[in-house]
Amino acid sequence: MFAGVTYANEPENSEKVAGEEKEFNAGEMIIDHIVDAHEWHIATLGHTHVAIPLPVILIDDGKIITFMSSRFHHGTEAYNGYRLMMEGKSKGRIVKVLDDGVTVDEAAGQPLDFSITKNVVSIFISVILLCLVFISIARRYKKHPGAPKGLQSMLEPLILFVRDDIARPAIGEKKYQKYMVFLLTVFFFIFFTNLLGLIPFMPGGANVTGNIAVTMVLALFTFVITSVSGNKNYWKHIINAPGVPWWLKFPLPLMPIVEIIGVITKPFVLMVRLFANMMAGHIIALGFISLIFIFSAMNPWGASISIVSIIFYIFMGLLELLVAFIQAYVFTLLSALYFGMATEEHHAPEGEHTH
Amino acid sequence: MSLLSVIMQAAPAVADYAPIAKMGAGIGAGIAVVGAGLGIGNIGKGAVESIARQPEAVGDIRSNMIVAAALIEGVAFFAIVVCLLILFV
Repeated sequence: MFAGVTYANEPENSEKVAGEEKEFNAGEMIIDHIVDAHEWHIATLGHTHVAIPLPVILIDDGKIITFMSSRFHHGTEAYNGYRLMMEGKSKGRIVKVLDDGVTVDEAAGQPLDFSITKNVVSIFISVILLCLVFISIARRYKKHPGAPKGLQSMLEPLILFVRDDIARPAIGEKKYQKYMVFLLTVFFFIFFTNLLGLIPFMPGGANVTGNIAVTMVLALFTFVITSVSGNKNYWKHIINAPGVPWWLKFPLPLMPIVEIIGVITKPFVLMVRLFANMMAGHIIALGFISLIFIFSAMNPWGASISIVSIIFYIFMGLLELLVAFIQAYVFTLLSALYFGMATEEHHAPEGEHTH
Repeated sequence: MSLLSVIMQAAPAVADYAPIAKMGAGIGAGIAVVGAGLGIGNIGKGAVESIARQPEAVGDIRSNMIVAAALIEGVAFFAIVVCLLILFV
Protein backbone atom coordinates (compact mmCIF):
# COMPACT_ATOMS: atom_id res chain seq x y z
CA MET A 1 0.00 0.00 0.00
CA PHE A 2 2.80 2.34 0.95
CA ALA A 3 4.69 1.54 -2.23
CA GLY A 4 1.60 2.38 -4.22
CA VAL A 5 1.25 5.75 -2.51
CA THR A 6 4.88 6.74 -3.00
CA TYR A 7 4.77 5.65 -6.59
CA ALA A 8 1.81 7.93 -7.19
CA ASN A 9 3.87 10.94 -6.21
CA GLU A 10 6.76 10.33 -8.52
CA PRO A 11 5.22 10.62 -11.98
CA GLU A 12 3.14 13.65 -10.97
CA ASN A 13 6.21 15.63 -10.03
CA SER A 14 8.05 14.61 -13.13
CA GLU A 15 5.38 16.03 -15.40
CA LYS A 16 5.19 19.64 -14.18
CA VAL A 17 8.32 20.72 -15.98
CA ALA A 18 10.07 24.04 -15.36
CA GLY A 19 7.61 26.87 -15.91
CA GLU A 20 4.62 25.85 -17.98
CA GLU A 21 2.07 23.37 -16.75
CA LYS A 22 2.08 21.04 -19.70
CA GLU A 23 -1.00 18.98 -20.24
CA PHE A 24 -0.59 15.50 -18.89
CA ASN A 25 0.37 13.21 -21.76
CA ALA A 26 0.00 9.67 -20.50
CA GLY A 27 1.60 7.95 -23.48
CA GLU A 28 4.68 10.13 -23.35
CA MET A 29 5.05 9.75 -19.59
CA ILE A 30 4.84 5.97 -19.83
CA ILE A 31 7.38 5.76 -22.63
CA ASP A 32 9.76 8.07 -20.75
CA HIS A 33 9.68 5.77 -17.75
CA ILE A 34 10.22 2.62 -19.80
CA VAL A 35 13.20 3.60 -21.95
CA ASP A 36 16.79 4.03 -20.95
CA ALA A 37 18.07 7.51 -20.08
CA HIS A 38 21.39 9.28 -19.62
CA GLU A 39 20.47 10.50 -16.15
CA TRP A 40 18.57 8.98 -13.25
CA HIS A 41 15.59 11.25 -12.76
CA ILE A 42 14.26 11.16 -9.21
CA ALA A 43 11.74 13.97 -8.82
CA THR A 44 10.82 17.40 -10.06
CA LEU A 45 10.08 19.73 -7.17
CA GLY A 46 8.38 22.78 -8.64
CA HIS A 47 10.89 24.14 -11.13
CA THR A 48 13.92 22.09 -10.29
CA HIS A 49 14.68 18.68 -11.65
CA VAL A 50 16.22 16.39 -9.09
CA ALA A 51 18.21 13.92 -11.11
CA ILE A 52 21.48 12.10 -10.82
CA PRO A 53 23.61 12.79 -13.90
CA LEU A 54 25.42 9.79 -15.27
CA PRO A 55 28.68 9.67 -17.20
CA VAL A 56 28.52 9.82 -20.97
CA ILE A 57 31.13 7.80 -22.84
CA LEU A 58 31.21 8.24 -26.60
CA ILE A 59 33.48 6.69 -29.18
CA ASP A 60 33.62 8.89 -32.24
CA ASP A 61 36.07 8.09 -35.05
CA GLY A 62 38.22 6.12 -32.67
CA LYS A 63 38.46 8.83 -30.01
CA ILE A 64 36.98 8.20 -26.58
CA ILE A 65 35.14 11.20 -25.17
CA THR A 66 33.78 11.24 -21.62
CA PHE A 67 31.85 13.82 -19.69
CA MET A 68 28.93 14.00 -17.28
CA SER A 69 25.47 14.18 -18.79
CA SER A 70 24.67 17.23 -16.69
CA ARG A 71 26.50 19.24 -19.37
CA PHE A 72 23.58 18.56 -21.65
CA HIS A 73 21.19 20.42 -19.31
CA HIS A 74 18.34 18.07 -20.23
CA GLY A 75 18.81 18.54 -23.93
CA THR A 76 18.74 22.33 -24.00
CA GLU A 77 22.44 22.86 -24.64
CA ALA A 78 25.02 21.28 -26.85
CA TYR A 79 28.38 20.32 -25.40
CA ASN A 80 31.55 19.87 -27.36
CA GLY A 81 29.67 19.26 -30.58
CA TYR A 82 27.21 16.75 -29.15
CA ARG A 83 23.60 17.21 -28.22
CA LEU A 84 21.01 15.07 -26.51
CA MET A 85 17.93 15.04 -28.70
CA MET A 86 14.65 15.40 -26.82
CA GLU A 87 12.24 15.11 -29.73
CA GLY A 88 12.00 13.62 -33.13
CA LYS A 89 13.28 10.40 -34.49
CA SER A 90 16.51 10.38 -32.51
CA LYS A 91 14.79 11.06 -29.22
CA GLY A 92 16.97 10.16 -26.27
CA ARG A 93 20.09 9.67 -28.38
CA ILE A 94 23.24 11.71 -28.63
CA VAL A 95 23.95 13.18 -32.05
CA LYS A 96 26.65 15.39 -33.46
CA VAL A 97 25.69 19.01 -34.11
CA LEU A 98 27.31 21.67 -36.22
CA ASP A 99 29.07 24.65 -34.73
CA ASP A 100 25.95 26.64 -33.98
CA GLY A 101 24.98 23.98 -31.46
CA VAL A 102 21.47 23.46 -32.76
CA THR A 103 21.32 21.98 -36.23
CA VAL A 104 22.02 18.31 -36.44
CA ASP A 105 25.05 17.33 -38.44
CA GLU A 106 23.40 15.05 -40.98
CA ALA A 107 26.60 14.05 -42.72
CA ALA A 108 28.38 12.68 -39.67
CA GLY A 109 27.39 9.33 -38.33
CA GLN A 110 26.05 8.84 -34.86
CA PRO A 111 28.81 8.40 -32.28
CA LEU A 112 28.98 5.00 -30.59
CA ASP A 113 27.35 5.40 -27.23
CA PHE A 114 28.97 3.42 -24.42
CA SER A 115 27.59 5.63 -21.65
CA ILE A 116 26.80 4.48 -18.18
CA THR A 117 23.06 4.90 -18.55
CA LYS A 118 20.26 4.26 -16.05
CA ASN A 119 19.98 0.60 -17.01
CA VAL A 120 23.73 0.07 -16.72
CA VAL A 121 23.75 1.55 -13.22
CA SER A 122 20.81 -0.66 -12.30
CA ILE A 123 22.62 -3.73 -13.60
CA PHE A 124 25.64 -2.76 -11.49
CA ILE A 125 23.40 -2.40 -8.43
CA SER A 126 21.86 -5.79 -9.13
CA VAL A 127 25.27 -7.42 -9.57
CA ILE A 128 26.59 -5.86 -6.35
CA LEU A 129 23.50 -7.10 -4.52
CA LEU A 130 23.97 -10.61 -5.95
CA CYS A 131 27.65 -10.68 -4.99
CA LEU A 132 26.97 -9.41 -1.45
CA VAL A 133 24.21 -11.91 -0.81
CA PHE A 134 25.80 -14.97 -2.28
CA ILE A 135 29.36 -14.43 -1.13
CA SER A 136 28.14 -13.95 2.41
CA ILE A 137 26.01 -17.08 2.17
CA ALA A 138 28.94 -19.10 0.82
CA ARG A 139 31.18 -17.92 3.64
CA ARG A 140 28.53 -18.77 6.19
CA TYR A 141 28.22 -22.29 4.80
CA LYS A 142 31.94 -22.82 5.10
CA LYS A 143 32.17 -21.57 8.65
CA HIS A 144 29.05 -23.15 10.14
CA PRO A 145 28.27 -26.49 8.58
CA GLY A 146 24.91 -27.73 9.71
CA ALA A 147 21.48 -26.18 9.84
CA PRO A 148 21.23 -22.89 7.92
CA LYS A 149 20.31 -19.66 9.66
CA GLY A 150 19.15 -16.26 8.51
CA LEU A 151 19.84 -15.28 4.89
CA GLN A 152 20.96 -18.83 4.09
CA SER A 153 17.60 -20.28 5.03
CA MET A 154 15.79 -17.75 2.84
CA LEU A 155 17.76 -18.57 -0.29
CA GLU A 156 18.55 -22.23 0.25
CA PRO A 157 15.09 -23.42 -0.89
CA LEU A 158 15.48 -21.40 -4.09
CA ILE A 159 18.96 -22.74 -4.80
CA LEU A 160 17.83 -26.31 -4.17
CA PHE A 161 14.76 -25.65 -6.31
CA VAL A 162 16.98 -24.66 -9.23
CA ARG A 163 19.10 -27.76 -8.74
CA ASP A 164 16.42 -30.35 -8.08
CA ASP A 165 13.50 -29.13 -10.15
CA ILE A 166 15.20 -27.41 -13.04
CA ALA A 167 18.72 -28.71 -13.62
CA ARG A 168 18.50 -32.36 -12.63
CA PRO A 169 15.32 -33.35 -14.50
CA ALA A 170 16.26 -31.39 -17.60
CA ILE A 171 19.95 -32.16 -18.00
CA GLY A 172 20.29 -35.50 -16.28
CA GLU A 173 22.12 -36.73 -13.20
CA LYS A 174 25.53 -37.11 -14.81
CA LYS A 175 26.04 -33.75 -16.46
CA TYR A 176 24.04 -31.16 -14.61
CA GLN A 177 26.92 -29.97 -12.40
CA LYS A 178 28.67 -28.13 -15.21
CA TYR A 179 25.66 -26.00 -16.02
CA MET A 180 24.61 -25.18 -12.47
CA VAL A 181 26.80 -22.07 -12.40
CA PHE A 182 25.12 -20.52 -15.42
CA LEU A 183 21.61 -21.60 -14.43
CA LEU A 184 21.92 -20.24 -10.90
CA THR A 185 23.41 -16.98 -12.10
CA VAL A 186 20.80 -16.39 -14.75
CA PHE A 187 17.93 -17.33 -12.44
CA PHE A 188 18.97 -15.04 -9.62
CA PHE A 189 20.05 -12.21 -11.90
CA ILE A 190 16.68 -12.15 -13.67
CA PHE A 191 14.78 -12.58 -10.41
CA PHE A 192 16.62 -9.83 -8.52
CA THR A 193 16.56 -7.44 -11.47
CA ASN A 194 12.83 -7.97 -11.95
CA LEU A 195 12.20 -7.36 -8.27
CA LEU A 196 14.35 -4.22 -8.26
CA GLY A 197 12.34 -2.94 -11.21
CA LEU A 198 9.17 -3.12 -9.13
CA ILE A 199 10.45 -0.74 -6.44
CA PRO A 200 9.36 2.77 -7.40
CA PHE A 201 12.31 4.74 -6.04
CA MET A 202 16.11 4.72 -6.17
CA PRO A 203 17.97 2.30 -6.23
CA GLY A 204 15.23 0.27 -7.88
CA GLY A 205 12.77 1.32 -10.48
CA ALA A 206 14.81 1.00 -13.64
CA ASN A 207 13.26 -1.11 -16.34
CA VAL A 208 16.25 -3.39 -16.97
CA THR A 209 14.80 -6.71 -18.13
CA GLY A 210 12.21 -4.79 -20.12
CA ASN A 211 15.05 -3.61 -22.32
CA ILE A 212 15.49 -5.83 -25.32
CA ALA A 213 19.25 -5.37 -25.39
CA VAL A 214 19.61 -6.93 -21.93
CA THR A 215 17.41 -9.92 -22.70
CA MET A 216 19.14 -10.34 -26.05
CA VAL A 217 22.48 -10.75 -24.29
CA LEU A 218 21.02 -13.30 -21.87
CA ALA A 219 19.49 -15.28 -24.72
CA LEU A 220 22.79 -15.04 -26.61
CA PHE A 221 24.57 -16.64 -23.66
CA THR A 222 22.10 -19.50 -23.72
CA PHE A 223 22.55 -19.91 -27.46
CA VAL A 224 26.34 -19.91 -27.24
CA ILE A 225 26.45 -22.41 -24.38
CA THR A 226 23.97 -24.69 -26.15
CA SER A 227 25.93 -24.64 -29.39
CA VAL A 228 29.31 -25.07 -27.73
CA SER A 229 28.19 -27.98 -25.59
CA GLY A 230 26.29 -29.69 -28.36
CA ASN A 231 27.72 -33.11 -28.90
CA LYS A 232 27.83 -35.10 -32.10
CA ASN A 233 24.40 -36.57 -31.43
CA TYR A 234 22.86 -33.10 -31.22
CA TRP A 235 24.25 -31.87 -34.51
CA LYS A 236 23.39 -35.16 -36.17
CA HIS A 237 19.78 -34.69 -35.16
CA ILE A 238 19.78 -31.21 -36.67
CA ILE A 239 21.54 -31.80 -39.95
CA ASN A 240 20.50 -35.36 -40.60
CA ALA A 241 17.66 -36.37 -38.34
CA PRO A 242 17.34 -40.14 -38.16
CA GLY A 243 13.96 -41.59 -38.92
CA VAL A 244 13.00 -38.79 -41.35
CA PRO A 245 12.30 -39.90 -44.96
CA TRP A 246 15.12 -39.20 -47.40
CA TRP A 247 13.05 -37.09 -49.76
CA LEU A 248 12.73 -34.39 -47.08
CA LYS A 249 16.49 -34.05 -47.00
CA PHE A 250 17.96 -34.70 -50.39
CA PRO A 251 17.04 -32.41 -53.30
CA LEU A 252 15.83 -29.60 -51.12
CA PRO A 253 16.99 -30.02 -47.51
CA LEU A 254 13.72 -29.07 -45.87
CA MET A 255 14.21 -30.80 -42.53
CA PRO A 256 17.71 -29.39 -41.93
CA ILE A 257 16.47 -25.88 -42.81
CA VAL A 258 13.57 -26.19 -40.39
CA GLU A 259 15.86 -27.52 -37.67
CA ILE A 260 18.39 -24.72 -38.16
CA ILE A 261 15.62 -22.13 -38.01
CA GLY A 262 14.58 -23.85 -34.78
CA VAL A 263 18.08 -23.47 -33.36
CA ILE A 264 17.85 -19.70 -33.90
CA THR A 265 14.25 -19.17 -32.89
CA LYS A 266 14.46 -20.93 -29.54
CA PRO A 267 16.77 -18.36 -27.91
CA PHE A 268 14.95 -15.60 -29.81
CA VAL A 269 11.69 -16.63 -28.18
CA LEU A 270 13.41 -16.63 -24.78
CA MET A 271 14.48 -13.05 -25.42
CA VAL A 272 11.08 -11.80 -26.54
CA ARG A 273 9.16 -13.58 -23.78
CA LEU A 274 11.17 -12.02 -20.97
CA PHE A 275 11.28 -8.60 -22.61
CA ALA A 276 7.57 -8.40 -23.41
CA ASN A 277 6.44 -9.70 -20.02
CA MET A 278 8.50 -7.19 -18.09
CA MET A 279 7.76 -4.23 -20.36
CA ALA A 280 4.04 -5.00 -20.31
CA GLY A 281 4.08 -5.18 -16.53
CA HIS A 282 5.69 -1.76 -16.24
CA ILE A 283 3.33 -0.24 -18.81
CA ILE A 284 0.29 -1.57 -16.96
CA ALA A 285 1.52 -0.27 -13.61
CA LEU A 286 2.29 3.17 -15.06
CA GLY A 287 -1.03 3.16 -16.90
CA PHE A 288 -3.04 2.64 -13.74
CA ILE A 289 -1.27 5.51 -12.06
CA SER A 290 -1.73 7.76 -15.10
CA LEU A 291 -5.48 7.12 -14.86
CA ILE A 292 -5.45 9.24 -11.72
CA PHE A 293 -3.89 12.18 -13.52
CA ILE A 294 -6.04 11.86 -16.61
CA PHE A 295 -9.19 11.85 -14.56
CA SER A 296 -8.12 14.68 -12.28
CA ALA A 297 -7.20 16.80 -15.30
CA MET A 298 -10.75 16.45 -16.56
CA ASN A 299 -12.46 17.32 -13.31
CA PRO A 300 -11.12 18.10 -9.79
CA TRP A 301 -13.37 15.38 -8.30
CA GLY A 302 -11.75 12.98 -10.73
CA ALA A 303 -8.96 12.52 -8.21
CA SER A 304 -11.26 10.19 -6.32
CA ILE A 305 -10.51 7.58 -8.99
CA SER A 306 -7.23 7.23 -7.10
CA ILE A 307 -8.83 4.76 -4.69
CA VAL A 308 -9.79 2.43 -7.52
CA SER A 309 -6.44 3.00 -9.19
CA ILE A 310 -4.47 2.21 -6.05
CA ILE A 311 -6.45 -0.98 -5.50
CA PHE A 312 -5.83 -2.04 -9.10
CA TYR A 313 -2.16 -1.18 -8.74
CA ILE A 314 -1.84 -3.28 -5.58
CA PHE A 315 -3.41 -6.20 -7.38
CA MET A 316 -1.22 -5.73 -10.43
CA GLY A 317 1.83 -5.28 -8.22
CA LEU A 318 1.23 -8.63 -6.53
CA LEU A 319 0.72 -10.21 -9.93
CA GLU A 320 3.98 -8.63 -11.06
CA LEU A 321 5.77 -10.21 -8.11
CA LEU A 322 4.51 -13.59 -9.28
CA VAL A 323 5.45 -12.79 -12.88
CA ALA A 324 8.96 -11.75 -11.79
CA PHE A 325 9.53 -15.17 -10.29
CA ILE A 326 7.78 -17.08 -13.08
CA GLN A 327 9.75 -15.36 -15.83
CA ALA A 328 13.04 -16.15 -14.10
CA TYR A 329 11.88 -19.74 -13.64
CA VAL A 330 10.73 -20.18 -17.24
CA PHE A 331 13.93 -18.67 -18.68
CA THR A 332 16.09 -20.94 -16.53
CA LEU A 333 13.94 -24.01 -17.19
CA LEU A 334 14.03 -23.57 -20.95
CA SER A 335 17.78 -22.91 -20.93
CA ALA A 336 18.26 -26.11 -18.92
CA LEU A 337 16.06 -28.02 -21.37
CA TYR A 338 18.13 -26.76 -24.30
CA PHE A 339 21.34 -27.78 -22.53
CA GLY A 340 19.81 -31.17 -21.83
CA MET A 341 18.85 -31.63 -25.47
CA ALA A 342 22.33 -30.58 -26.54
CA THR A 343 24.09 -33.13 -24.35
CA GLU A 344 21.71 -36.03 -24.77
CA GLU A 345 23.23 -39.43 -25.28
CA HIS A 346 22.33 -41.58 -28.22
CA HIS A 347 19.32 -43.78 -27.61
CA ALA A 348 18.96 -47.18 -29.24
CA PRO A 349 16.88 -46.93 -32.38
CA GLU A 350 13.14 -47.37 -31.99
CA GLY A 351 11.81 -50.89 -32.24
CA GLU A 352 9.08 -51.88 -34.63
CA HIS A 353 6.00 -49.76 -34.50
CA THR A 354 3.38 -51.26 -32.26
CA HIS A 355 -0.16 -50.09 -32.85
CA MET B 1 -17.12 -8.61 -47.54
CA SER B 2 -19.27 -5.57 -46.85
CA LEU B 3 -16.96 -4.57 -43.99
CA LEU B 4 -14.03 -4.70 -46.38
CA SER B 5 -15.84 -2.50 -48.89
CA VAL B 6 -16.61 0.02 -46.14
CA ILE B 7 -12.95 0.17 -45.20
CA MET B 8 -11.91 0.43 -48.86
CA GLN B 9 -14.20 3.43 -49.27
CA ALA B 10 -12.54 5.16 -46.35
CA ALA B 11 -9.02 4.40 -47.56
CA PRO B 12 -8.60 6.84 -50.49
CA ALA B 13 -10.01 9.61 -48.32
CA VAL B 14 -7.10 9.60 -45.89
CA ALA B 15 -3.81 10.98 -47.12
CA ASP B 16 -1.65 8.54 -45.20
CA TYR B 17 -2.55 5.26 -43.67
CA ALA B 18 -1.18 5.89 -40.21
CA PRO B 19 -4.56 6.15 -38.41
CA ILE B 20 -5.80 2.96 -40.05
CA ALA B 21 -2.53 1.29 -39.13
CA LYS B 22 -3.11 2.26 -35.52
CA MET B 23 -6.59 0.80 -35.65
CA GLY B 24 -5.10 -2.36 -37.09
CA ALA B 25 -2.66 -2.49 -34.21
CA GLY B 26 -5.50 -2.25 -31.72
CA ILE B 27 -7.51 -4.96 -33.42
CA GLY B 28 -4.45 -7.21 -33.64
CA ALA B 29 -3.73 -6.85 -29.94
CA GLY B 30 -7.35 -7.64 -29.14
CA ILE B 31 -7.38 -10.80 -31.21
CA ALA B 32 -4.09 -11.94 -29.69
CA VAL B 33 -5.52 -11.53 -26.22
CA VAL B 34 -8.58 -13.60 -27.19
CA GLY B 35 -6.26 -16.40 -28.26
CA ALA B 36 -4.27 -16.23 -25.04
CA GLY B 37 -7.45 -16.19 -22.97
CA LEU B 38 -8.80 -19.28 -24.71
CA GLY B 39 -5.50 -21.12 -24.32
CA ILE B 40 -4.96 -20.33 -20.67
CA GLY B 41 -8.63 -21.05 -19.95
CA ASN B 42 -8.16 -24.51 -21.38
CA ILE B 43 -5.10 -25.05 -19.21
CA GLY B 44 -7.06 -23.99 -16.16
CA LYS B 45 -9.90 -26.34 -17.05
CA GLY B 46 -7.56 -29.30 -17.50
CA ALA B 47 -5.68 -28.50 -14.31
CA VAL B 48 -8.77 -28.11 -12.15
CA GLU B 49 -10.32 -31.29 -13.50
CA SER B 50 -7.17 -33.29 -12.82
CA ILE B 51 -6.94 -31.91 -9.30
CA ALA B 52 -10.51 -33.03 -8.76
CA ARG B 53 -9.64 -36.51 -9.97
CA GLN B 54 -6.50 -36.85 -7.85
CA PRO B 55 -6.20 -34.29 -5.06
CA GLU B 56 -2.84 -35.53 -3.84
CA ALA B 57 -1.13 -34.43 -7.05
CA VAL B 58 -2.00 -30.76 -6.46
CA GLY B 59 1.63 -29.55 -6.22
CA ASP B 60 2.77 -31.14 -9.48
CA ILE B 61 -0.31 -30.08 -11.38
CA ARG B 62 -0.08 -26.53 -10.12
CA SER B 63 3.54 -26.06 -11.23
CA ASN B 64 2.87 -27.59 -14.64
CA MET B 65 -0.14 -25.35 -15.08
CA ILE B 66 1.88 -22.22 -14.30
CA VAL B 67 4.68 -23.20 -16.66
CA ALA B 68 2.27 -23.87 -19.52
CA ALA B 69 0.47 -20.60 -18.85
CA ALA B 70 3.76 -18.67 -18.96
CA LEU B 71 4.69 -20.25 -22.29
CA ILE B 72 1.32 -19.41 -23.85
CA GLU B 73 1.53 -15.86 -22.55
CA GLY B 74 4.91 -15.63 -24.23
CA VAL B 75 3.28 -16.32 -27.58
CA ALA B 76 0.56 -13.74 -26.97
CA PHE B 77 3.22 -11.21 -26.08
CA PHE B 78 4.78 -11.65 -29.51
CA ALA B 79 1.64 -10.18 -31.00
CA ILE B 80 1.59 -7.39 -28.40
CA VAL B 81 5.17 -6.47 -29.28
CA VAL B 82 4.32 -6.31 -32.98
CA CYS B 83 1.33 -4.06 -32.26
CA LEU B 84 3.44 -1.79 -30.05
CA LEU B 85 5.96 -1.57 -32.88
CA ILE B 86 3.18 -0.39 -35.19
CA LEU B 87 2.04 2.22 -32.69
CA PHE B 88 5.34 3.64 -31.62
CA VAL B 89 7.85 3.04 -34.41
